[in-house]
Amino acid sequence: MTDANHGDAPRALIITAPGINCDGELSLAFREAGATPTSVLLSDLIDRPAIVDDFALIGLPGGFSYGDDGGAGRVLAQLIRKGLYGALSAAIDRGVPMIAPCNGFQIAVQAGLLPGPGNGENWPEVPSRPIVALAPNEAGRFRDDWTGFEIPSESRCIWTAGIEGIDPAVMVLPSAHGEGRFVAAPDVLADLDRSGRIALRYTARDHFNGSQDRVAGICDASGLVFGLMPHPERYTRWSQHPTWTRLDPSVRSGDTPGLMMFKNAVRFALAAVD
Amino acid sequence: MTATVHRIEIHRRPEAGDPTADAIRRDAAGLPDALVPSSVHCAAVYLLEGSLADAELLRIAEELLADPVMQSAVIGAATPEPGQVVIEVHPLPGVMDPAAASIATAIAAMVGEDRASGIVVRTGRRYTFGGIDAEAGRELATRLLANPVIHAIHTEPYQPSSFPVGHHQPFEVRDVPLCELDAPSLERLSREAHLFLSLDEMLAIQSHYRSLEREPREIELETLAQTWSEHCVHKTLKATIDYHEPADLSDRGAVSIRESAGNRPGHSLGADGSVRIDNLLKSTVAAATHRLMAEGLDDWCLSVFVDNAGIVAFDEDTAVCMKVETHNHPSAIEPYGGAATGIGGCIRDIMGTGLAAKPIAATNVFCVGTDAAPSVPNGCLHPHRILGEVVGGVRDYGNRMGIPIVNGGVWFDDRYIGNPLVYCGCVGVMPRTAIEGDAIPGDRIIAMGGRTGRDGIHGATFSSAELTDTHADEFSHAVQIGNAITEKVTLDAVLAARDHVDGCLFTAITDCGAGGFSSAVGEMGEKIGAIVQLEQAPLKYDGLTPVEVWISEAQERMVLAVPAEKVAKIAAICEGHGVEWCDLGVFGTPGRELILRWDEVEVGRIGMEFLHDGVPMPVRKAVWDPEWAALEAGGEDPGVEPQPKIADIAGLFDAAAQLLGHPNLASKAWIVRQYDHEVQGGSVVKPFVGPNAGPGDAAIVRPVPTSPKGLAIGNGLATGLARDPYEMGLAAIDECVRNMVCVGADPSRIAILDNFCWPSCDDPRNLGSLVRAAEACLDGGIAYGTPFISGKDSLNNQFTTDEGLTIRIPPTLLISGMGIVEDESLATTMDAKRPGNRLVLIGETTDRLGGSHFIRIGGDALSGRDELPTVDLERGPRTATAVHAAIKQGLVRSAHDASEGGLLVAAIEMAFAGGLGVDVQLDMVPVRGDGVSDVARAFAEDPCRYLLEVKEGDLDAIATIFDGIPHAVIGRFTEAGPDGGEVVISSGEFGVSSELADRFRNAWEKGCDR
Repeated sequence: MTDANHGDAPRALIITAPGINCDGELSLAFREAGATPTSVLLSDLIDRPAIVDDFALIGLPGGFSYGDDGGAGRVLAQLIRKGLYGALSAAIDRGVPMIAPCNGFQIAVQAGLLPGPGNGENWPEVPSRPIVALAPNEAGRFRDDWTGFEIPSESRCIWTAGIEGIDPAVMVLPSAHGEGRFVAAPDVLADLDRSGRIALRYTARDHFNGSQDRVAGICDASGLVFGLMPHPERYTRWSQHPTWTRLDPSVRSGDTPGLMMFKNAVRFALAAVD
Repeated sequence: MTATVHRIEIHRRPEAGDPTADAIRRDAAGLPDALVPSSVHCAAVYLLEGSLADAELLRIAEELLADPVMQSAVIGAATPEPGQVVIEVHPLPGVMDPAAASIATAIAAMVGEDRASGIVVRTGRRYTFGGIDAEAGRELATRLLANPVIHAIHTEPYQPSSFPVGHHQPFEVRDVPLCELDAPSLERLSREAHLFLSLDEMLAIQSHYRSLEREPREIELETLAQTWSEHCVHKTLKATIDYHEPADLSDRGAVSIRESAGNRPGHSLGADGSVRIDNLLKSTVAAATHRLMAEGLDDWCLSVFVDNAGIVAFDEDTAVCMKVETHNHPSAIEPYGGAATGIGGCIRDIMGTGLAAKPIAATNVFCVGTDAAPSVPNGCLHPHRILGEVVGGVRDYGNRMGIPIVNGGVWFDDRYIGNPLVYCGCVGVMPRTAIEGDAIPGDRIIAMGGRTGRDGIHGATFSSAELTDTHADEFSHAVQIGNAITEKVTLDAVLAARDHVDGCLFTAITDCGAGGFSSAVGEMGEKIGAIVQLEQAPLKYDGLTPVEVWISEAQERMVLAVPAEKVAKIAAICEGHGVEWCDLGVFGTPGRELILRWDEVEVGRIGMEFLHDGVPMPVRKAVWDPEWAALEAGGEDPGVEPQPKIADIAGLFDAAAQLLGHPNLASKAWIVRQYDHEVQGGSVVKPFVGPNAGPGDAAIVRPVPTSPKGLAIGNGLATGLARDPYEMGLAAIDECVRNMVCVGADPSRIAILDNFCWPSCDDPRNLGSLVRAAEACLDGGIAYGTPFISGKDSLNNQFTTDEGLTIRIPPTLLISGMGIVEDESLATTMDAKRPGNRLVLIGETTDRLGGSHFIRIGGDALSGRDELPTVDLERGPRTATAVHAAIKQGLVRSAHDASEGGLLVAAIEMAFAGGLGVDVQLDMVPVRGDGVSDVARAFAEDPCRYLLEVKEGDLDAIATIFDGIPHAVIGRFTEAGPDGGEVVISSGEFGVSSELADRFRNAWEKGCDR
């Protein structure tokens, strides 16, 4: 990992592809958290997967990759399974945190990157078939809204560690998706819950897409790979909060929950090189 | 293995649920019983043409197309249960199928490029219905699921033996003999060839070709028709006009243009009392801007009226630009595709401004018939379906492009039934070094983006014509289906080329909009000429003629002027982003000509001078007929019963609830929440504000993500005042300004755009009405100090039914704007913040109820006067400046403009948005004149008024700022009780009473919901 950190700023790889459109805010979130982001086209990464080795953090942004034709994230997941899965699973193995919001989440579950192998197991050489899915929202249409969230206490996710106990008014995240309803067989869901891989839930009040068990995000067994339907990268400054003009200035003095997640990952990446 | 068409169906597993089927069941419930199915199952259909082994097909089906958790695949077609029918919807041959290209990419990754190269993919949808027969199924599909303009409906699983291929047109360079034609024959030729040129224009062409001593070639005539179309050249707005108005107009209380003609640039008085206006646009809209620039805004206005969008400075390094387009006629015929390509085209305008801007926000305003319309004329779709599909088209295109749609509105009126309006606006950001570009002789003509097909041929001329009941058949080829992902990768590639380490790789850029290559190359080469090799354009399918290539309006194409030595770098960028490109020729000819070739054969040659300056500009007659306009403007909504005079406070509450539930005012959450209005992360003030998501006045975004400086984006529309488009225009400008000032914009840094949608201006009365709206732009723009930086017009918006009845839209002027917010700490929202704070009304209220929503819901007109409210051009701007000063001094906790529905409605909105109650004292409202009733105080829609929430301790400072402007404390916000906030009204006429705020919130949330 010689090139992955320049001075104090770990390098973050932002993967872009046709139809990916949240790479800008994801890059900015990494930058605000102290990383140095670089956007690289998926086609270049597939040509030279070794590029991934230069990075200490990975972001798989949201958007409508390949128009989400055939199903959200379907085509891009196929390209990753074929050409980049090996490099990405190797990076996770060496301790690189990865975040996959929204379309990134939809891609990650179909590319075999989430929920990943069981605790203590290795990443398989060939990407496994999906065992969870993000189905069309219960109401049958796209929705942009802010929702309250909860972090299960047993979660292994390194991105959400220590984010608790702040004012409930600010414990919200923006979502914007048409296919975000988390679906898994009962045994799969129970296993994810038991193994601390459910990383984020919607609050009961704001649970708009019909996800099973209110699941908003999951992580792999290492806690490094975090896939979620909400967009923490769109909540890194207070003026993005939907009612920020009424928040008490004392509430909006520290970091937003979104920025805390990125800072967690950057700290983790820095600690990994020390 | 020979090529065959394979078929794969993807079904949903029952345990995963099927929201699409649920939605169809819901929608079908509103149809006649015979069409309501007892069960609905949806499946995706993929047709793959090519030689595929069974094992490959199975892998594609099970590993790519079906998700193992929620879907299952069937090769071929699943057999329906007894009593079920299968209805399938597939795109017609030649119609864009965006999903097919993406799936082909994934198949290539799966089976290898070599194996995949011969595979062609098409997609379709299967519906399996229970409880109805095949004919009912077909009818259901026609009403809800398919549009015959672009879809084929099958009543059994569709699996052709091969896909149809493009038919080759014989290559010929056709002359169109017209030099010897008489006038009626010229007119017939214009109509039958869909040129939509007037007789004068046909005669000008005839005389030009007579002087050349040859007949025009088909491609030349088409080029002239595109370039001279109303859509492209704005020949009405740029015409010389003789405007007539009644001699006693000012005595009747209306503004006389004749009496003020001496102060109006480009206006002169004729002997017969008419006013001669040279180039209406230049003498009104643009004149306002040039006057303001001469008075000091020239440093701020960086590019006005000359480019695809108007540009103003944002900060020292950055500029922002804005454009608003309409896509009305395509949206009437195929609302989903029409609206999608409307926003797609407007986004491309931003990409094609200067040396390319990056789109950062979009706006949408729709004008449609009401849901209540019982029946629609032949050739029209029901307004409920039009709005649903328009929203779907905008959603799918905007969301896929990753451009937040942050502001908009919907205006309902049944006169839009055959001719809905779809306004699409887009805002972009660019370095100030990129605001200008010009093609240089020798530059290559590089086209980037989508391929060229037959789609959209004659769009420019079609949009300039009047709609009739046969247009859906005659002009189905003018409809285009967009592919947002193609546009997104093209945008990515254009910005990469602009920001290249070696500097910008191109000298000019524009988009292919109406008229396709003919307009894009014609405009870029106007001063220097161009030689075009039409055979170079990548085609969607074989068989296009040179004419079709030249005028096709296929979407997602940009044209760049690129110095020859930089072409290789552009090519590398395109290849990296997966964008197709081609070299179409070279800019610059010795004689400033447009030379069109197909291989070695010259297929057309036109002088740029005749092409751009040859269009005759006859003097047009405009007549302002106030009586006729009043009749046209109408009063209450159709079907509304006149209501008795309000006699008590309960009557006031009922009217307020009814107004909040009027579809024009009611929440558009079902629309707004379908747009990703926060993508790019720049949002500062969102469409909905406050804990209960009330209606924000304008949006704020950060154009530079790391800077707290903001840009407000808003709109103003006052179609209710159509009885006098002069007052309507001023009110729209005032509303647009107020909306932005309310959120914190600096009124001295607001730029606006005009967008006129009018019924046919061949009728002098409609042209008279257009003149008055344009004069309002001159007066309002100057008075408010808001330069117009760009604009658009669509001047043939009416529909003639098969019975010969012409339905004219109300004259509709949308004013859109953007304003600088110095720092986001100034951002102010309309939701009431704290109990005890005072409600301050700024501005004066009258009893002029004309054009108000109170009248539209059947309210008693005798509660006031049936006259239009007016904008005070001295006080209105001064008020905006004072409100901004109050916000800057930190005196304003919340701000809201009092407009549609009146001040009581606005005060209630503030209260429920903030989860509070409000006490309103109607007696305290500052009024003009005596005897203004409490009903008028509550519901009059006088412009120039603001409601501010102010702490008690700040009232003195507020009084100082608003010295000389009518204002008063008219109430206070109150704590919510266990049942929420309460609205208390005290009225000198009716006493005091209260009502829960939730009643009004419910009315507002449900009035327009779906």
